[in-house]
Amino acid sequence: MTTAEIINPANLVYVKPKLLNDKPMHYCPGCSHGVVHKLIAEIIEEMDMQEKTIGIAPVGCSVFMYKYIDIDWQQAAHGRAPALATGVKRLLPDRLVFTYQGDGDLAAIGTAETIHACNRGENITIIFINNGIYGMTGGQMAPTTLNKMKSSTCPTGRNVELNGNPLDITKLLAQLDGTCYVTRQSVHNIGNTRKTKKAIQKAFENSMAGKGTSVVEVVSTCNSGWKMTPEASNDWMVENMFAKYPLGDLKNE
Amino acid sequence: MKGNEAIAHAAVRCGCDGYFGYPITPQSEIMETLMELEPWNTTGMVVLQAESETSSINMVYGAAGCGKKSMTSSSSPGVSLMQEGISYIACGELPCLIVNVMRGGPGLGTIQPSQADYFQSVKGGGHGDYKLITLAPASVQEMADHTVLGFDLAFKYNTPVLLLADGVIGQMMEKVVLPPFQPRWTEEEIRAKSPWATLGKPDNRKPNVITTLALEAEEMETINLRLQSKYREVEKNEVLFEEFSCEDADYVIVAFGTSARVCQKAVEMARAEGIKAGLLRPITLYPFPTIEIEKLAEKVKGFLTVEMSAGQMVEDVRLAVNGRVPVEFYGRMGGIVPSPDEVLSALKTKIVN
Repeated sequence: MTTAEIINPANLVYVKPKLLNDKPMHYCPGCSHGVVHKLIAEIIEEMDMQEKTIGIAPVGCSVFMYKYIDIDWQQAAHGRAPALATGVKRLLPDRLVFTYQGDGDLAAIGTAETIHACNRGENITIIFINNGIYGMTGGQMAPTTLNKMKSSTCPTGRNVELNGNPLDITKLLAQLDGTCYVTRQSVHNIGNTRKTKKAIQKAFENSMAGKGTSVVEVVSTCNSGWKMTPEASNDWMVENMFAKYPLGDLKNE
Repeated sequence: MKGNEAIAHAAVRCGCDGYFGYPITPQSEIMETLMELEPWNTTGMVVLQAESETSSINMVYGAAGCGKKSMTSSSSPGVSLMQEGISYIACGELPCLIVNVMRGGPGLGTIQPSQADYFQSVKGGGHGDYKLITLAPASVQEMADHTVLGFDLAFKYNTPVLLLADGVIGQMMEKVVLPPFQPRWTEEEIRAKSPWATLGKPDNRKPNVITTLALEAEEMETINLRLQSKYREVEKNEVLFEEFSCEDADYVIVAFGTSARVCQKAVEMARAEGIKAGLLRPITLYPFPTIEIEKLAEKVKGFLTVEMSAGQMVEDVRLAVNGRVPVEFYGRMGGIVPSPDEVLSALKTKIVN
């Protein structure tokens, strides 16, 4: 196939989403963030919601998310994204409002904001990237760090007596009356990436239909923080993370 | 009506879009009144009880980021909890109104009135170099008026404004003339007034991003310089104060809020005894009436600052007076309101004699 044939629109099998900016991402090679960003950009474009979407960026590796997707953004203090999203959605009820948060942001410092936004049934979507570690600050223990998993603040492995148990917050959120859709997905291969896209799209549709809070957890890798190659991280995640955080819908109403 | 109720009525009337709060004495009547008024059925204003002050100030952040007129209210311990969000809002240059009906501290303290949050309010209670325009009402009428003024100043400068009252002003009942009803802004009006607002990105503009992050030191210094130049404008344009019997005064008392009401009586009593006393009442605590105090320092023999605290505003009075004449302090703490007799006695012993 010649180059001219390859770029012929009839032969195109993939195009970069229009809403994904031409800006090199700062994420490490192998990181899950880039894939999830791309899915979000694709879905907003396909739903034709650019003019109606306000994203809330967290503190963590994805703090600069607003540089990558061409929509209006607010960047929250650590853990406060669901409170910002509440303020935005309550005053702009016809908009698509979503937060994008890591495990430290959502399940440690922002636990109260997360639980109460879900419990009130705010018509927002929470996208939760769970890689079991604090990536941005250099690999410290997170609330979702697995037992015996090593991090820079539990260098000999998480010890329940000292550090407490890993927190399955998604399971907790599924029990709240305010959530309508709670699901756990991953983006480590094509099949799961497609499922994640469907899940986020369904969550966005729920938000616009006023059905309550939708939570999409994406069990993710942090190969830099885990100190593994991207490929080894994927294998480690499948073997260890999925055992504690199994994929699938926890609630679908 | 009560001062707290006046704030609620004034907020609905001036076209406020959203109130987010958490109950705490002595200001809970603000949210209670709003919930009774049900403004979502009339003006469309949203009223929401949050799970904490941390959350309510961040709901305000979200709403203010959309260019909406939004507010919260609390009392001292709750406002301490809001400081993180206030720092972000100041840096994000978002307009909003924050009400603090002060109670005695530190710690859980007391539900009785106090003025001990002066430092927190005007020196920057959160991290980083920022200022809050701080209004200090001394009557129920001013609780209503300053709610309207607070939003006006917030949107004039794109900055958070603090209405700093105390438990007396919040709880006492006086006659009040409420402001006229103004319609809430339409989205077209918000887009014109606040082109930075995150209302969703149309094709014809770049994305609007509310952020307070700038990893490059030079970029962060530029943001700081912009904030500081805004504060210099505020200091030039927005100083408000009231003088009582200062024209021929030998001694001037400086006091705000409830203390100013007590001191006005003390000035009348001093005058009856032949002591030429006057009162300067700062209405804006930031920007502070420094120039007016400097002018008075040229002609008076001394100042007495009276506060319901261990002495906080007195530092700003001393900076303004700059050693020209004595500046003394009298105050009560922990929720006690000084009496006019006490103030008069302090004036005599600390300044006149």
